[in-house]
Amino acid sequence: MNIGWYLAVSALIFAIGAGGVLVRRNPLVILLCLELMLNAANLALIGFSRMWGNGDGQVFALIVMVVAACEVTVGLGLIVAMHRRRLPIDVDEMRELQG
Amino acid sequence: MSTVIFFIAAIGAITGAIGVIVLQNPFYCVLALVGHLISLAALFLLLRAEFVAAAQVVVYAGAVMVLYVFVVSYVGNDANPVGQSPSRPATLAAFACGIALVAELFIAVLGSGLQAIDSAGAPYVAGFGTPEAIGKLLLTRFLAPFEIASYLLLVAAVGAVTLARRRHGLDEGIEGDPPTISVMDLLRPRPLGTGTMAEAGGRVEVGDQ
Repeated sequence: MNIGWYLAVSALIFAIGAGGVLVRRNPLVILLCLELMLNAANLALIGFSRMWGNGDGQVFALIVMVVAACEVTVGLGLIVAMHRRRLPIDVDEMRELQG
Repeated sequence: MSTVIFFIAAIGAITGAIGVIVLQNPFYCVLALVGHLISLAALFLLLRAEFVAAAQVVVYAGAVMVLYVFVVSYVGNDANPVGQSPSRPATLAAFACGIALVAELFIAVLGSGLQAIDSAGAPYVAGFGTPEAIGKLLLTRFLAPFEIASYLLLVAAVGAVTLARRRHGLDEGIEGDPPTISVMDLLRPRPLGTGTMAEAGGRVEVGDQ
């Protein structure tokens, strides 16, 4: 398959993830949509890595996976803290930065 | 053959992605994302990124998704439905934004004039994408990002524990004035055996001793 096909799939997944971030109000699902966007970027990186026959893009994708894992950990920690304080799990209700 | 596998995996990935944003129950969203990640790993294999595909399945579809499932079962009970569907104009606006983004990305990537986009990539040399090749790159050219990534993981783990720990006084103090935390609390001397770790275990009341 040509590399362009992979890039097209990557662009579609990225747009789906961005639309999900805009539509959904549950912070858990917004985190999932962020994962979608990061994975789309990973697919494009690995596609370009294959295009050049160079491993650099794959290392970049691995680093992106590490960053995504960190983001998930902190985000889920925030959601658990919100749940402990009995705040609504809804991004539209979270208007104040002060707890 | 690879064309057939590509289309199966691509359709699986896109279906999983749509499932994540369409399904209402967060638990099913997580399951859709697992399917999406496994399809994406198949695409990575087609692109000869064997190590990244394995890491994707083990780390992402395994460990990170288990974390999600734990938090979903901890937070999202059915008595308190979370994430009601937003108003119709907002959905339409988001849909329009998504379409615009797809058009923009297609123009940007496919219209970039890169000649190799219309080819199957560089000629395959044996060893490309294996753990050996990636490990060699990570420990030579990309040593600094590798070390920074490990520090980032450490900081994220400590941050998550600090955020999600059980704080004595914060949970109970919601009816009254919530206790305020200032920078000076960090500088105040504490008696032995107290402190944040003891608070996290829920053993010691703040200001008890």
